[in-house]
Amino acid sequence: MTEIGEPPIVAAGLTKRYGELVAVDSLDLELRRGEIFGLLGQNGAGKTTTILMLLGLTEPTAGTARVMGLDPARDALRVKRQVGYLPDSVGFYGDLTGRQNLRYTARLNGLRGEEAEGRIDEALGQVGLSHRGDGRADTYSRGMLQRLGIADALIKDPDILILDEPTAAIDPIGVVEILQLLRDLVRERGVTVLLSSHLLTQVQSVCDRVGIFAAGRLIGLGTVSELATRFGNDTGQVEVTFDGEQATEAAERIGPFLAGIPQVEHVEPASAPGAPWRLQVRPASAGRLVREAVLAGAARDGLGLTAIRSSEPSLDDIYRAALLEAGLHRDAVESAGPVGAVA
Amino acid sequence: MTAVEAAAPPPARSVPRSGWLVVAAKEFADHVLSVRFFVLLIVLGLAAGIPLFLATERIHELASQVSGAQAVFLALFIIGPQDVSIFGLDVSVQGFIGLAAPLLGIAFAFDAVNGERAQGTLPRLVAQPIHRDDVINGKFVASLVAITLVLLSVVLLISGFGLLRLGIVPAWSEVLRLIVWFVMTIAYVGVWLAFGLLLSVVVHRAATAALIGFGVWMAVAMFGRFLLNLILGAIAPVSDSTAIDRALGLYQLHAFVLRLLPTTLYSEASSVLLNPSLTGTNTPATLGQLSQAQQQIPTLLSLDQSLLLVWPHVVALVALTVICFAIGYIQFMRQEVRA
Ligand SMILES: Nc1ncnc2c1ncn2[C@@H]1O[C@H](COP(=O)(O)OP(=O)(O)OP(=O)(O)O)[C@@H](O)[C@H]1O
Ligand SMILES: [Mg+2]
Repeated sequence: MTEIGEPPIVAAGLTKRYGELVAVDSLDLELRRGEIFGLLGQNGAGKTTTILMLLGLTEPTAGTARVMGLDPARDALRVKRQVGYLPDSVGFYGDLTGRQNLRYTARLNGLRGEEAEGRIDEALGQVGLSHRGDGRADTYSRGMLQRLGIADALIKDPDILILDEPTAAIDPIGVVEILQLLRDLVRERGVTVLLSSHLLTQVQSVCDRVGIFAAGRLIGLGTVSELATRFGNDTGQVEVTFDGEQATEAAERIGPFLAGIPQVEHVEPASAPGAPWRLQVRPASAGRLVREAVLAGAARDGLGLTAIRSSEPSLDDIYRAALLEAGLHRDAVESAGPVGAVA
Repeated sequence: MTAVEAAAPPPARSVPRSGWLVVAAKEFADHVLSVRFFVLLIVLGLAAGIPLFLATERIHELASQVSGAQAVFLALFIIGPQDVSIFGLDVSVQGFIGLAAPLLGIAFAFDAVNGERAQGTLPRLVAQPIHRDDVINGKFVASLVAITLVLLSVVLLISGFGLLRLGIVPAWSEVLRLIVWFVMTIAYVGVWLAFGLLLSVVVHRAATAALIGFGVWMAVAMFGRFLLNLILGAIAPVSDSTAIDRALGLYQLHAFVLRLLPTTLYSEASSVLLNPSLTGTNTPATLGQLSQAQQQIPTLLSLDQSLLLVWPHVVALVALTVICFAIGYIQFMRQEVRA
């Protein structure tokens, strides 16, 4: 089943203005079935606004959105029946229990009785709240509310999940669990996920593709490695670690040796004995060549090599480069411009 | 991608056909379990019961005077205790409910939408497969049913009091009148409920909405007549020297303007429905009518004649509800989901 029917989410020229302010500026975007797509962007970049337009909760000033081939404004009910949504600051009825809150959502989705209870139990289990489901929602911690919010989005057994900062306020182990849950949903049920986040490492670890937003415009779109080539000045990184004891006496030999490899552009020495040396490699595709050269040299010179690996370019760097290129990095716009003002 | 293939049959998913019912059921459960509900029930029960208790004497008197006459049972609702009057207000049961109904309407609606906003549940709610107006409709219906329950218990309490303590057995026509009056009272509550809902949509803070609602109630229910009379007196004064035809015309105008107030509409309609000997709500408009009214032999109206008299009032009340509702509805549709 490859690309049957329409892509789950399509935005064409989607624009939202609030008076003078352009919150989203002619966005073109197409999600593929069964992918996890990450929206990145600074505060006020327009992520939430985009999501609200996709759900038909805010009317676009211009352009169109299509979800499952349907217009979210005109076919609102069918779209909302298939899309699970976690708002950015999710709230629940404090005087009801978590389970009662979910039951209300189930009813609103036309689920009743056994079927509803089954889904509620499953969803509570998926987010790790089974043991607290019968506690009042106003006794929940912030992270528990967030988990309940994800359970709430799952109740209707959605084809599309739209999650606005799903891991906000969730503890590190919880985050790993939630991200794994998303992967499982995609693998087992073919769910398409659109999530927004500020936590770049998470996005990098779970998203198939990312879109970088700045001041309402999409300034980068693709897989992390595509974006790395696009914004990374075509450099890659290799980390080399030497045996701690030997490294001290051989330090003066290691430096020149590494710097002597042709594709290595820059060498950052180990911060401590046993810590990795960082090599900047150009072009990015030369990582394998460099690794082989290091292996050969270390064997020849008797350097105690303990580890060697190409490190992925971090989304962090890509993100910063993208914002810099767009002239929208906070440092660049501190004094003027809407992004700086909002932040 | 085999798993995807297996798990993607064309979704045949149920969308609830009447989302407002789901909303209403949830809201109703919230209401009847709430502290607010019990407090109002007790306060209203006491507030309606005590004046009635004080009025026992007069009703006894009346009952013995007109024993065998019609509408003694309804007297329970229209006779207040002698010499007990608060700010000159009508403290009969009827007058009391006329005062309390608006409060009930506002109390059960002022935080309907802004409360959802404050709790952060609104985005979640409107992202479910229901129409946006289902939210308002459901809340309106739930509150109306809850208030109906409160008022019904008050009316039953009073009737029970009349039956058991005073031994007044209602005639069927009286029961019918009481039922019609009750339905009309609910329509009146609807006006204030719709107004409360409108406030909850427009005013983002529940406390502010409650204050505004309370203020409007004070202005309309307690000082409305007084204020309008003051204004009318300034604009179109009637003095002794005014020609009598002109004076009558002005009175007519005054009556019309006062009827713009839902409180006037209700109290007029309520009096007619509960008091079969009232044959009109209009002030005489011409000299002819005036003398006619003076010569009139006291008669009792049948229920359908009374209904004919109050029909315009009921229509006006419903129209007011619809207007408030429509404004609230349009505002709600235009508002951003985010606060
Ligand atoms: N109702 C509104 N009226 C006016 N401006 C608004 C409104 N809602 C949002 N905005 C503006 O639109 C822009 C985009 O906001 P949006 O909430 O989409 O940002 P975001 O990317 O989700 O930010 P964050 O990371 O902080 O959640 C912001 O500048 C914001 O001030
Ligand atoms: Mg946001």
